[in-house]
Amino acid sequence: MTPFPLPLAEIFGHWGAYVVFLFIGFAFGYVLEIAGFGNSKLLAAQFYFKDITVLKVMFTSIIVAMVLIFASSAVGLLDYNLIWVNPTYLWPGIVGGLIMGFGFIIGGFCPGTSLVSAATGKIDGIFFVLGVLFGIFLFGETVDNFSIFWNSSYMGRYTLPEWLGLSTGTVVLIVVLMALFMFWGGEKLEQAFGKKDPKSEPKWRYTAAGVLVLVAVVFLVVGQPTIEDRWARIETEKEALLVERAVQIHPGELLDTTHDTKIKTMMIDVREEVDYNLFHILDARHVPLAEISNPDFISELHFEPANTVFVLMSNDEAAATEAWKILQAESVPNAYILEGGVNGWIATFGDDDLTKRFNSGAGDDQLCYIFDSALGSRYSASEPDPHATELEYVPKIILELKRAPSSGGCG
Amino acid sequence: MTTLTGEQTAKKTAVKREAKAYVDPYYAGILLGIVLFLAFFLTGSGLGASGGLNRILVFVEDLVAPGHVNRTPYLLAMAGGEKNPLDSWVVYVTIGVVLGGVVSGWRNGRLKFETMRGPQISNRMRWMMAFIGGGLMGYGARFARGCTSGQALSGGAVLSVGSWAFMFAVFGGAYALAYFLRKFWN
Repeated sequence: MTPFPLPLAEIFGHWGAYVVFLFIGFAFGYVLEIAGFGNSKLLAAQFYFKDITVLKVMFTSIIVAMVLIFASSAVGLLDYNLIWVNPTYLWPGIVGGLIMGFGFIIGGFCPGTSLVSAATGKIDGIFFVLGVLFGIFLFGETVDNFSIFWNSSYMGRYTLPEWLGLSTGTVVLIVVLMALFMFWGGEKLEQAFGKKDPKSEPKWRYTAAGVLVLVAVVFLVVGQPTIEDRWARIETEKEALLVERAVQIHPGELLDTTHDTKIKTMMIDVREEVDYNLFHILDARHVPLAEISNPDFISELHFEPANTVFVLMSNDEAAATEAWKILQAESVPNAYILEGGVNGWIATFGDDDLTKRFNSGAGDDQLCYIFDSALGSRYSASEPDPHATELEYVPKIILELKRAPSSGGCG
Repeated sequence: MTTLTGEQTAKKTAVKREAKAYVDPYYAGILLGIVLFLAFFLTGSGLGASGGLNRILVFVEDLVAPGHVNRTPYLLAMAGGEKNPLDSWVVYVTIGVVLGGVVSGWRNGRLKFETMRGPQISNRMRWMMAFIGGGLMGYGARFARGCTSGQALSGGAVLSVGSWAFMFAVFGGAYALAYFLRKFWN
């Protein structure tokens, strides 16, 4: 399993994990201060091309962090699936960004830098922080009047490589080159508008730029891990679970879990549509096996609350096991397989009308009951009464703590 | 090295420590990039600032007017019923930012009550502008679901489409108004 990001809550406890965030915040504030971001005049100079410190610091940090993130993901140290990628709400983001741009040039700060400014006693920074608090308060009071717009143009976890249809490594290299080009142009502007001496720029910046480009190219060649790569890394550990039958849950356990109010059960039926239409369990969602690895579907699963249990099912277990492997490779927690599949479910809960139509000639992972009509979930066996029968089974579901952050980006 | 404040602040600084010049922007950028990377690498979340202020504010609102908080869906999600608005990572990042700022300001001799402003406006004018600008920033940051730290830096580094669109909107908005406000800053 990829070791990072760390399961902080498991290591330090729920509140203890916040100490790590306190240290990260400290380093963040410290660096902002030494960069001069506590000084509104320096920040505003960006918009008159006199001093482009803001652009240099921001884009240097973005490309350095980006290259390190995707390099560590490529070598299997960091799991990109477990990292918070701000979901895209395109138009609210753009409108909010424009409002912030106006606020930036009027007030001279952004929220993070104003905190540093206020912390170092700058009175304009203190007034700005008070303004930010007032603005936030006003937003909380007014957002319900335009919540439809505020929740519009939602695209989920949508990344530049998906949008451009390019590999992640290529996009990383393009962003690095774009930033370097902006620095080059920015320095020219500084010299023209700010009368800045070009010799004052450090020589080592060329070396640093060269190293970044080199690393970006190396990891463009290495590439990001595919589902197969990710599965190969965890195969021995996970195959053992399959052999021990530690993740195949009895139909009775599934039934009880769906009626457990503390757990959210998401049943995923990976069979062909024909079989799904003939018979499925009530509330089971139809996602064909080929669709399981779709990035949108995977990120949807990562957005589910921490108490969600995913139960995969096919007619027997073969297709469901394949789907389970994909979810494991994509680091989706709490995934299980329905023991015996839908056939096993019908054998357990079906009434005589259903079970007498057993077709012994059915092949592997095929529906082995004959249905006259496609009634879907309108059978009594689709929603059995959990109190009707006492079923003996060994409970196997153990909720693991979720590692993927459920919020980020100022959440 | 930036020369913008050097002379002016050095003269004003009456405390024992001499105000040091700011570090080179590329150097600061590399350090900030490493901090941002470590935030993702260790915790899976990026950085944030306005979210922490939001939750601290909601915490106070919940103390003053819990009934109102419970009737407003946006606030309810953070502080409704038994929920503690301070139970979120971003609050601690925000507190850390303030502490980091104080320590760096103290070590570098920049801890001092003063107002940074353009030469053509009064302190009072600058304070008013700061409050108005802050109000817009706060409103816009919640509208965009993140500020420069939480959206532009964090989302930018992990290649979120929305964060890049947001970033261009911020720069666009600021550049669009900059010309009309030149008297305030120059």
